[in-house]
Order: sequence, then structure tokens, then C-alpha cells
Amino acid sequence: MASTTSDVDPGRLGGGPSLPQRPGPVRSVLAFLRNLWRRLTSMRTALVLLFLLALASLPGALLPQRSLNRVETAQFILDNPTWGPWLDRLGFFAVFASPWYAAVYLLLFISLIGCLLPRTWDFVGQLRAVPVATPRNLSRLPLHHSSTVDGGPDEVAQRVYTALTGSSGRRWRAVQRTEADGAQTISAERGYLRELGNLVFHISLLGVLLSVAGGKLFGYEGSVIVANGDGFCSVNSTSYNDFRPGLTIDGTELNPFCLNLKGFDTDYTADGLPIEFRAHIEYQHGADAGGDTWNDTTLRVNEPLRVGGERIYLLGHGFAPHFEVTFPGGQVRQYSQPFIPDSSDPNFLSEGTIKITDPPGVTGDEIRKQQLAITGLFAPTAVVHGSLMQSSFPRADDPGVAIDVYRGDLGMEGGKPQSVFSVDQAQIDKGALVKQTRANLMAGESVTLDDGTKITFTGYSEWVSLQTSYDPAQLWLLISAVLLLLGLTVSLSIKRRRVWFRMRPADGASGSRTVVEVGGLARTDQAGYGEEFTELAALAATPVAGTQKGR
Amino acid sequence: MTMAVSQTLAQASDLAFEAALAGYVAALVCYGIEFALGRRIVPTEAEAASVSARSKAGGVAVLTREGGGYGVVPAAPAKAPWSERWGRAAVVVTVIGVLANLASVVLRGFAVQRLPLGNMYEFSSFLCAAAVVVWLVVLRKIGNRSLGLFVMLPVVLLTFVAGSVLYVPAGEVKAALNSYWKWIHVTTIATSSSVLLVSGAASLMYVLRHRYERRAAEAPVASSRPGEQVAAAGDRSMLAKLPSLAVLDRVAYRTAIIAFPIFTFAIISGAMWAEAAWGRPWNWDPKEIGAFVSWVCYACYLHARATAGWRGVRAAWISVIGFATIIFNLFFVNMVVSGLHSYAGL
Repeated sequence: MASTTSDVDPGRLGGGPSLPQRPGPVRSVLAFLRNLWRRLTSMRTALVLLFLLALASLPGALLPQRSLNRVETAQFILDNPTWGPWLDRLGFFAVFASPWYAAVYLLLFISLIGCLLPRTWDFVGQLRAVPVATPRNLSRLPLHHSSTVDGGPDEVAQRVYTALTGSSGRRWRAVQRTEADGAQTISAERGYLRELGNLVFHISLLGVLLSVAGGKLFGYEGSVIVANGDGFCSVNSTSYNDFRPGLTIDGTELNPFCLNLKGFDTDYTADGLPIEFRAHIEYQHGADAGGDTWNDTTLRVNEPLRVGGERIYLLGHGFAPHFEVTFPGGQVRQYSQPFIPDSSDPNFLSEGTIKITDPPGVTGDEIRKQQLAITGLFAPTAVVHGSLMQSSFPRADDPGVAIDVYRGDLGMEGGKPQSVFSVDQAQIDKGALVKQTRANLMAGESVTLDDGTKITFTGYSEWVSLQTSYDPAQLWLLISAVLLLLGLTVSLSIKRRRVWFRMRPADGASGSRTVVEVGGLARTDQAGYGEEFTELAALAATPVAGTQKGR
Repeated sequence: MTMAVSQTLAQASDLAFEAALAGYVAALVCYGIEFALGRRIVPTEAEAASVSARSKAGGVAVLTREGGGYGVVPAAPAKAPWSERWGRAAVVVTVIGVLANLASVVLRGFAVQRLPLGNMYEFSSFLCAAAVVVWLVVLRKIGNRSLGLFVMLPVVLLTFVAGSVLYVPAGEVKAALNSYWKWIHVTTIATSSSVLLVSGAASLMYVLRHRYERRAAEAPVASSRPGEQVAAAGDRSMLAKLPSLAVLDRVAYRTAIIAFPIFTFAIISGAMWAEAAWGRPWNWDPKEIGAFVSWVCYACYLHARATAGWRGVRAAWISVIGFATIIFNLFFVNMVVSGLHSYAGL
């Protein structure tokens, strides 16, 4: 830690060693804070923090993250019972929302701001300052050159000055001075844009951070499943299956819009690789919502609908098999539920459950013995290997279902939540829900239970999953990113250079010959200055005698 | 609308790729032989400062400027030494190899009627071609071919892995990748990664050369006459033939500052594509994180080069780490970790 200023008694200056007085407590604290601040805003700290940022991001890539894949994260914790829960407690499964990650980038940004402010101030000063005076000994500079040219010192100086500051190509900021012994000097500097680019780049980083924060505060996302032929209206958070609001959003003041799914088609190659998905929708938004005017459009995977501030994306699709159930009393009911495709199967083998909680003709406590569940797999193009059903193509060319039918108590009265896509295993384990039969059915086939209930697989329909995203800060994010790129390019390509000329009358000549000394200094990187320097040195017009020294 | 894959063009592309691999392997061998046989050493700065140096063969010492460093050559023989010939052959074979590689990329594009960057095989092939093109440009600027050995080594490895493990037959690409954005995002990622490959190779050489120079400074080669240092190729380690620190630093820095804005643009365009496809510009997907980590590493490198005390070998190490993260991002993240980017066709 650097030493604090000590008060030396002026009377003792000429005398023996003086005892430095201990600074007071307030001064110590202030000095400590000031040194801490200097440390924080130094380049070395920035290096360490940048490195820490990179290091801290790595677990976010290597470990499963809850925000990306909840199931995989839970599975990982189950597979690693010793250190899985510990990692979870320390926030390794939600790295980018964890406090220690936030600490790193917040420190980095504080360091950045603390460095930017004085540097911006300095830059303003540099813009207003004139180039520095010519050094006394130009031959000490890394690039120097000396020659004798025709013309008096004033004439040569004028020639060089015009060439440097003229509008044709070179745009140096130059100032001409006369030294005490009559020599003319020109100091020139250029490349101020470099620092400007540097500052713009770093300020844009702040802009990026603020835009991301703005999005997290004021934006929202919602996903919804819409069956073909159906529609939905986005009014509040309950319009969605899954609503992810920003921190200030309560889900009640969403911009209203309505949407109907009129058709959905897919293109596949002969091998089952999807080429394109198209969802044909009609929508109305804002003032039209709820009225009669509809707009038609097509949603594709890389083409969302941009309406108002919202963006509606086609995320995925799937199938919903249709069942017709004929009950023992003769009643016929139609049931259908979306089945979820297995993400690892490119042929869209899907699974799900139809829960019949209200069998007709049954009342009171009997209901809890007569509820039905049809659970199993749906294959768009079914092939049966042995007794196992699989799908061989993602399009519904020959749909089939492989189902288990359960009867009993589905366990939905208790209030405990259960998945829409599967039956509650606890009910099966208790014996309250009993498997009746298992069957593989193609379209039109049916299976009959022991009490006469007939379940027919009649067909299917398709559904799409849509996502609504709203982020008012997104445009600012884009602007910040573009400025960042511009600032970076400028700051890396523009070179900061300085050049000095000193013109003296040549010895012995009567003002018609001049000795010109040129010196050059690159303030950033020597690379490439050699060629430009040679051109600059030649500005003083062709030398008469070959008295050229230096590089 | 399905597009037919032209089998003849696909086969031609595969043949060209194999020719490229053969060319690169031959070039690697030639660079290696030239490096082993070559007697043109590059003195350290301390040695270059000494006025005279003579070669063990007794030839006239000539201080030549060789791309910014000084080279001491033995007496000029009547015809080019063997090492020189192997070196020239290496360059010729490199050019042949890169032309074959570029042909394979273009033919593949015509075969599948789309941008040939849809899976890891195509991506690696493009990366190798671009890296070798960058190397040839650098070679023109600096003249010293020993960097070729360090560039061709990862290129050969990458080409071999691409052709054997990553290879997929020419085919369509998934719906999600069917967008004009791939022209913007994937090409710039590939281009900037390939330039950074050369930068990483140069930085690795810098580290090796720095180690050599430090050891040479601690134990200078014994001289027969006091006050002079003998610059004899036979007495030195191989590393004496590497270009000087200044040249290596300049190559590494210049390539890095060309690649870094392109890399930044690639990440930004990737975010814009993600917004159009996935709803959010940034999803903290493993590949995005990998690219972010690489970006931060190179930002670290640029900062280090501007900080006193961090300019020399420390900055070079940061550059090497940055390049390692790029390779990690390219391979490991695609193949092991699953995320939103996991449709690279593997």
C-alpha cells in the first residue's frame, strides 16, 4: 500500500531526520479508500477481473443449467448425490443469476466506469490541447531523419505545414513554433479518433449491460400451445401455458392481441429431415383486438410475427391423438390431448395422457373408482417391432398409438399437482389406479375393456407451440452493440502518431539552404510507421545533398 | 420443396478434400524438414546488438534484415541449400493444398445448393482453408517459413479429424438453419476463428522463443574470442531458427486485431439470428458462453498488451489460452454438451 502523505515540519527540513507524524483516523480511512479505488480502476485489476469473468462463465457451459434444461439439471443432481446438491446450493446450476457471477461483472463495470470518467475528461483536454513542443534531440526518437534541402527555413516550414494540414489526404493537427535560436519547428499529431473509438466501445459495453437489465425488468415471455383450428388471445398471464415475466411485470397489462391458427404444414426430405415449417395464422392486435378485422400471415421458424412491441415465434409442433370412448351405458365421448414429442427422436414419437375424470353415468364416490386414463405413445408413422411401437417418419402418414388404459382414482381430487402428460405413479403404486389393458392401435382400431368400455383411436390433429416475447430495451441493445462494434473497429485501426520537424539555416549558406531534422513517435504501436515516416520526411522537398542519417 | 443433392459434385468435393489433406500433410513434412535442416538462425536482441557475428563454417557474416529481425546466413553457396529447397516446396504444396481445399468447399456448396457450412465437417473444412490462406498472406509479409510448421500442425489435425470423424455425406440442412443469417453469422465465425488460429500459432511460437532467449541469456554460447559471440547453427537449439520475438509479437497482434472485430460482429449477428429464431438475443447456451469466454480472453489479450509488465510473454500466454478456448468451443461444446446449438449435423 502506497504511503500516505506525511506532514513534515518545515522547520526541520534542513536538520536531521524528521519523524513523520501519524495521520489522523479520518485521513487514513480516506487514503485507504482512495488507494482501493485506484487499485480497482487500474488495468491490472481489469485484467484479473476479465480473466475471472471468463473462468466463472465456464461452469455455465459445462454444467447443465436450470434455465435451459430443467430436466437435465434435476437428473444431474440425482446422478451425483454427493456434490450435486452442494453445487446447487452454491448456484452452479444457475450460474448467470448467481451472486458470485454478478459480483465479478459488477466489479468489472465499476472498474470500467471509474476508469472511463477521468479518461473521457482527459480526452476532452487532449482535443483542446495543441501538439507538444518539439524535443530538443530528435535523433533520440525511434524514427529520425536528417537532410538538407533547398529554400529558407520559413519557406520550408510553410511547405511542410501546408502539406501536413492540407485537405488532400493528410490531416494532421500541426502547430508551428519558433525557437529561441531562430529555428522553425512544427509539431504535428494525429489519430485522436482512436481514443474516441476506445471510449465509445467501453461506454457501449455499459449500454449493453443497461439494456439487458432493462429487458429483465420490463420484458416478458409467454408460451402457449395452440391446436390447429384453434386460437388464443393474449390478454394477461393466464392466456399462456407458461408465463415468464420481468421483474416489474405482473401480467395484467399486456398489449392485447388475438391469433387463430388456420393451418400448419411441414416439408420433409425423403429421409425425414425437416426443411420448413409453416403456420398459417390470422391475427389482430391493439385497437383491432376483439373486432372483426383480421390480418393473415405465415409464421416460419426464422420469421416471427412482429406486431406492436411483441414478437410471436413458432417454436415447435406436435400431434394430439383423438379417441372416441363408448361407455358401458352407451354414451359416446370424444377426447383429445396434445402429446409431447420426444426431443431425441427426429421422427416425433410422442407421449401423453388422456385423463377422463368425469365418466358419464357415474356419480358420487363411484367416480373415484371409475376414472379412466389412456396413456402411452403416439407415432406419426407407426412401425411395430415385436410389440414395441416406434415412428419411422415425422409426418403423420400412418398414425398409430401404443396405449395403457388405467381405471381407478386419478388422484386429482387431493389438490396435489400432477403432470398433464402422465398419470400419477403414486396412485398406481397405492393400487388406487389399476392397469386394465395394453394395446397397439392404428387409425380406426379399437380396444374393449372388460366392462364393455370401447376405446377407439379415431385420428389426430396437430398443434403448434408459440412464444410471445416482449422486450422494450431490445432496440437499445442493438444500438449499443452496433456502437460497440464501430468503436472497436475505429480504436484498433486508427494509429496515434506524432511527428516533429526542426528547420535550421544550413551552416555557411545565406538562408537559401535548410537543414531539416524529422523525428517520429508512434504512441501506440510502432508497426507500419516506417513507411509513413519516410513519406513525411520527404515532405520537406527533395534533398540536395545525400546527407541522410538514421533509419 | 426438396432439393436434389448432386452426387457427382459431392464426390468431386470429397476427392478435392482428400487432395487437400494430402497437400497439407506434404506441406507439414516439408516445413518440418526445412526447420530441422535450416541453418539460418535468428539471433536474439542481445546478439543482434553485438557488432560482428560469424558462422562456424567460416563464411562471411552478413546481417540481413529479414522481416524485421536480423538473420545470419552462412556464406552464400552456389545453389540454394537443401533446406531452402524443402521450404520452397512446402510453400508450393501449401498453395496446392489450399486450392484443393477451397475447391472442395465450393463444389460441396454447389452439390447441396446451399452455403456449405451446415455441419461440423463443412465448418472445419472451411476453417482450415481460411487459416491456410491467412498463413500464406502472413508468409508474404514476414518471409520466415518456420511459422508454417506451427500453423500446419493444427490444420492437418483438423483436416484429418474433419475427414474421418466428422464427415457426413452431402445433404440438406435442418429447417432452423435455413436462413440468410447463416451467410452472415457462420461465415464470420469461421473466418475469425481461422485468423485466430494463425494468431494462436504465432503466440505459441512466441512462448517457445521467449523460453529459448531467456535460456540463451543465462548461458551464452561459448565464444572463441572474448567479446564476440559465435552464431553457429550447430551449437544452438532448434528454437534459434524461429523468427524474432518482435516479428512473432507483431504477427500475433496484427492477426488478433483483424480477427477480434470480425469475431465481435459474428457474436452480435449470432445474437440477432437468435432473436429471430429463439425469441431472445442471448440465451446462455453453451456455445454462446464458449464464444463469450473466447471474446473475453482476447479482450484480456488486448488489455495485457497495453499494460506495462504484461506485454511480452504473459500476453502471448493469454493469446494461447484464448485460442484453446476457441478449439474447445468448436469441438467439445458441440459434441459433448447439448444446448440450442446442438444441431451441427454431427
